[in-house]
Amino acid sequence: MPKDHGIGASDKRREDVRFLTGAGHYTDDIKTYGATVAVFCRSTVAHGIIKSIDTSEAEGMPGVLAIFTGADFADVGGNPAGWLINSRNGEPMKEPKRPVLAHGKVRHVGDAYAAVIAETELQARNAAEAIVAEIEELPAIVDMAAALAGDTFVHDEIGTNQCFDWGWIEDNRAATDAAIKAAPHVTTLELVNNRLVPNAMEPRCSIGNYDAGNDSYVLQTTSQNPHLTRLLISAFVMGIPENKLTVIAPDVGGGFGSKIYHYGEEALVLAAARKIGRPVKWTADRTEAFLTDAHGRDHVTKIELACEKDGTFIAFRTETMANVGAYLSNFSTATPTFLHGTLMAGNYTVPNVYVNVKAVFTNTAPVDAYRGAGRPEATYSIERVIDKAARELGIDPIAIRRKNFVKPDQYPFTSAAGLEYDSGNYDALMDRLEKHIDREGFAARRKESEAKGMLRGLGLNAYIEACGIAPSNLVGVLGSRVGLYDAATVRVNATGNLSVMVGAHSHGQGHETVFPQIVGEMLGIDPASVEIVHGDTSKIPFGMGTYGSRSLAVCGSAMVRATEKIIAKAKKIAAHMLEASADDVDFKDGQFTIKGTDKSVSFGEVALKAYIPHNFPLEDIEPGLEETAFYDPANFTYPSGAYACEVEVDPDTGKVRVDRFIAVDDFGNIMNPMIVTGQVHGGLGQGIGQALLEGARYDDDGQLLSASYMDYTMPRADDLPFYTVDHANGTPCTHNPLGVKGCGEAGAIGSPPTIVNAVVDALQSAGKNFTHIDMPLTPLRVWESMQTA
Amino acid sequence: MYAFDIERPSSIKDAVAALQSEGAQALGGGQTLIPTLKARLAAPEVLISLTGISEMQGVCLSDEGALCIGAGTTHATVAREAAVHFPGLAALASHIGDPAVRNRGTIGGSLANNDPAACYPAAALGTGATIITDKRKIAADDYFQGMFTTALDEGEIITEVRFPIPEKSHYMKFVQPASRFALVGVFVAKYADGVRVAVTGASEEGVFRWHDAETALADDFNARSLDGLSVAADGMIGDLHGSPEYRAHLVKVMTGRAVTAA
Repeated sequence: MPKDHGIGASDKRREDVRFLTGAGHYTDDIKTYGATVAVFCRSTVAHGIIKSIDTSEAEGMPGVLAIFTGADFADVGGNPAGWLINSRNGEPMKEPKRPVLAHGKVRHVGDAYAAVIAETELQARNAAEAIVAEIEELPAIVDMAAALAGDTFVHDEIGTNQCFDWGWIEDNRAATDAAIKAAPHVTTLELVNNRLVPNAMEPRCSIGNYDAGNDSYVLQTTSQNPHLTRLLISAFVMGIPENKLTVIAPDVGGGFGSKIYHYGEEALVLAAARKIGRPVKWTADRTEAFLTDAHGRDHVTKIELACEKDGTFIAFRTETMANVGAYLSNFSTATPTFLHGTLMAGNYTVPNVYVNVKAVFTNTAPVDAYRGAGRPEATYSIERVIDKAARELGIDPIAIRRKNFVKPDQYPFTSAAGLEYDSGNYDALMDRLEKHIDREGFAARRKESEAKGMLRGLGLNAYIEACGIAPSNLVGVLGSRVGLYDAATVRVNATGNLSVMVGAHSHGQGHETVFPQIVGEMLGIDPASVEIVHGDTSKIPFGMGTYGSRSLAVCGSAMVRATEKIIAKAKKIAAHMLEASADDVDFKDGQFTIKGTDKSVSFGEVALKAYIPHNFPLEDIEPGLEETAFYDPANFTYPSGAYACEVEVDPDTGKVRVDRFIAVDDFGNIMNPMIVTGQVHGGLGQGIGQALLEGARYDDDGQLLSASYMDYTMPRADDLPFYTVDHANGTPCTHNPLGVKGCGEAGAIGSPPTIVNAVVDALQSAGKNFTHIDMPLTPLRVWESMQTA
Repeated sequence: MYAFDIERPSSIKDAVAALQSEGAQALGGGQTLIPTLKARLAAPEVLISLTGISEMQGVCLSDEGALCIGAGTTHATVAREAAVHFPGLAALASHIGDPAVRNRGTIGGSLANNDPAACYPAAALGTGATIITDKRKIAADDYFQGMFTTALDEGEIITEVRFPIPEKSHYMKFVQPASRFALVGVFVAKYADGVRVAVTGASEEGVFRWHDAETALADDFNARSLDGLSVAADGMIGDLHGSPEYRAHLVKVMTGRAVTAA
C-alpha cells in the first residue's frame, strides 16, 4: 500500500509553489545596489592566434568602468580537470591550461578573450563591439580522427591533440583479444553517440561582490555545487582564501551537469568586482549558452561482441574516441573513462571486457558530464550491439539478454569491467516489462500500422548504471582529485522545528520535499516543520553538490547519520529530564519513554530543554541540539532497468513517432514515488530527445550550425508519448542506510538504445537490409538510410 | 538590441509618411524583426509600428466573394475568422508557430518578409491572391521574387490581402524539427477553372508553383494524378534538416497528402 505520509509517500513538492507562482529566486533576479554589468567578447572563429586586442576606443565609451583581456589573468591559475587519467603507457594525461580569458590563442567559437564592465548592459555591449581584436585564423580542428592524425594542435604546448589513450582494464586486453579471435561469432558495430547541448532553461549567471572592508568576496552563481566552485576558485584559479569567499547558488533553473563546473566567467566577475569596488553581474544569453556551456556525449565508437552460437557472451571490446573539446572541463576526463569504461560489462556475466578510450582535443566547446555522463554512452554501445547480435544469431532480443544476465544469487557480483554490483534482479525487471508490453499483441499492432502505411517496431533494452558517486577511496584510486562524500547538519531549533543544512544542491530534484519526509519520519514529527537549507557555503557544511544521481544516496545518508546523532543526544537529554538512564530510553513516534514505566517526554520538550539548559548536567551533555555528519559511501549504487518502446515510422517522410514507452526500473527503496516518477519522465524526455531530435553539429570550420532553437531540436511535449513507469519492485542498495539508488539519470541512460532498437526493428520489417542509423534519428536521416539500405 | 525610437501611427497615410525618414523600418507583429534586433543584426533608428492602424485590421468578404484580410491581422484572428469561408487558410494560420507567435505575428508582416520557410506565401501564391499596398495591387505571381525578396518598394506597406476562395483547399506542412517552420509546405487549391499548387520551404528561390502537378490535378483532383511526376532536386535548399533530394521528395509526398486532405 502506498503510504500517505513520511518515507514512501508521494508528498507534493513544496518548492513547486514558489516555482509555479513566479516566486523563485534565481541569480539573475538578484538586484544589488550599485550593480554593474559584464559582457564578454567571444571568438567568432574556431581557432586563431590573437595578434592584438585594441581596447582604446571602448575604454572611453559611456559607462565603461573596466576592460579585461587575457593578459590580466596570465599570472593567475587555470581551471583544472578534476580527474587525472593515465594513459596505457603510464603517462599522465595532457593538461593544457584553461585560462579565465583566452590568451595567445582562441580555441573555439565562443571562447572569451575580453570582457567589458559598464554601468548598463547596453553600454557594455556597445563597448564590447568597439574592441578590435586582430585574430589570425588557423585551420579548425573538428573531426576527431583528423585531429589525432594531423599536425595542427589545439594546444601547441602539448604537441598533440590526444589528451590520453586509456585502457580498461589494460591487464584484460590480451585475454579479450584472444577470446574474440577464437569466438564462433563476432558482431561489430560502429556508432556515434551524438553531441548534445544541455539547454538548461535558466542560462548561466554570475554576480561577483567584493567587500573591501573585510577583503572578502561573495559569488552568487548558477551552480550545482557551490562548495566545489569555491574550492576550485580558491585553490586553483584565483587564490582567494576559502574563508574569504562565499559562494551562493540560489534557485537554479536546471543543470543536467552543465552547472557542475566552474567557468571562467565566475572568476572574471570576482576579479572585476574587486577592481571597481562594485557588484558585477553577467547573464549569458541563449547564444552564449549554446556556444559555451559544457556540451555532452560526443563519442565515436567501434564495439565488438563475441558470443557463442547460442548467444552466450564471451567478450566486449570497445574502441572509443571521446571529444573533450578545446579545454578540459572539470569532470571531462572522468566521463569517458570511469563513468563509461567501468560499465562496459552491462548487466551481464560476460567474462572478458576491454575498453580503449582516446580523448581528443578539438576546436569545439568543452565536453563534460551531461545527465548520465558516460553511462548512456556505455549502455548505448552495449545494447545496440546486443540487438544486432541477436538478429544475426536469430535469437529473441529478450532471450539473449536473459541468457547473459547476472542472476539474483550472484550478488555481490564483480563485473569483468571491475565494478562490484551490490544488488539487483534483472530477470525480475524483465518479467515486469514483459507484463507491461503485451508482446503477444505486437503483431496485430504492426498490422494496424501497416494498414495505415506505417512501419512499426519494438525496441528492447536493459541497462545498469553506477551512480551515487561515490566512494572517495575508490574514486581516489581511479584518479579523482577530490573526495566525493557529502555532508548534512541537522539543527533542532529551540521551538522544536528543524533547519537541515545539506551539501547537495536542489535545482529541480525535490530535496526540499523528500529530505523532510525522511527526517520527519525518523523523528516522528511533521515534515512541514523541517526546512532544508542548501546552496550557500556560509550556511551549509562542506558538501560536494548534486550530480551523478548522488543527492539521496550520499547526502541523504549523511542526513540520516546526523539525525541518528540527534536522536542519540536527545535520548540523553530525555533521560536526564525523566531521571533515568539513557540506555532505558525508547524513542518512537516523537515520544521518549522509559522502558517499563509510563513516563514520557516529547521531542519538542527535549528540544526546548536543550536550549534552556536549566538544571542541565553540563559535565555530561552540552547544551544545544545540532549534529553534523559526513557520509562517504562504501560503493556506487547500481540502478538497473528494463525498457521497451514501440515506434511508428512513416516510410514516405522518415518521421518517427514514439507510440508507447515502458520503463521498469530498480531504484532500491523509494522515498517519494511521485518524485521518482517525475525524474524518470524527465530522463526519458532527454533520452528520447537524444535519440530522435537533438544533435550539436559543427561544420568543418568549427562553426556551430545548431547554435539556436531554429536548428537545435529540443523535445517538446508532442514528441513524447505517455509513459508507463514502474519502479515498485526494487532491490534495496545494501550499503546505504536508506537502501536507495539514484534515479536522476536512469531515464536518459536507458532510453536512447531502446528507441534506436525499435526504429531498426521497424525498418527491418519493411525488408530493408538495415542494421544501424546514428542518432539523432531525424526524418532526414531515417529517409536517407531507407534510400540506401 | 541597439537603442531605437518607435512610432505608432494610427493611419496608413501617417505610417507611409513616417517610413520616409532616414533609418525607418516598418514593424508588424515583430516575430522576425524583434529577434533580429535582439541579436543586434539590425540597427534601425526608428521603428514604425503598424499594429495600431485600424484600417489594416480584420477579415471580411468582398462583393466579389474574395476573402479580404487586413495586413495587420494576426494569425490567430485569421485562424478564427476565416474558418467559415476559407477553412484551408484558417487551418494554415492556426499552425503557424505557437500561440504566442500567432497572437502577435501578422499576415502582412509574413508576406513582406517572405521567409522561404513561411506558411503564408504558399497560401497567397497557391490561391493567386492579390497583395494590396498603399499604392497598388500586386498579383501573387508577380509579388514573390525569391528568398526574402518581394515586389515591394522601399517604404511600401502591404495594407490588405485578397484571397479568391477555392472550392477545396488544404495546406500540408512537414515541419523542420527544430524551428517547426515548413521544411516543405504545400498549399493546394482547387478552383472551377483549375488547380494551383504552391510550395514553400523547399526552394532556394522561395515559394514556387509546381505547374506539372497543377496540370495533372486539373484533370483529376486525386493524389494518384501525381504518380508519374517528380520534382528536381536542383535548386532545392540543403541544410541540417533536409537535403535537396529529400525536400524534392517531400514536395511530392506533401502535395499528395494535401490533395487527399482537401
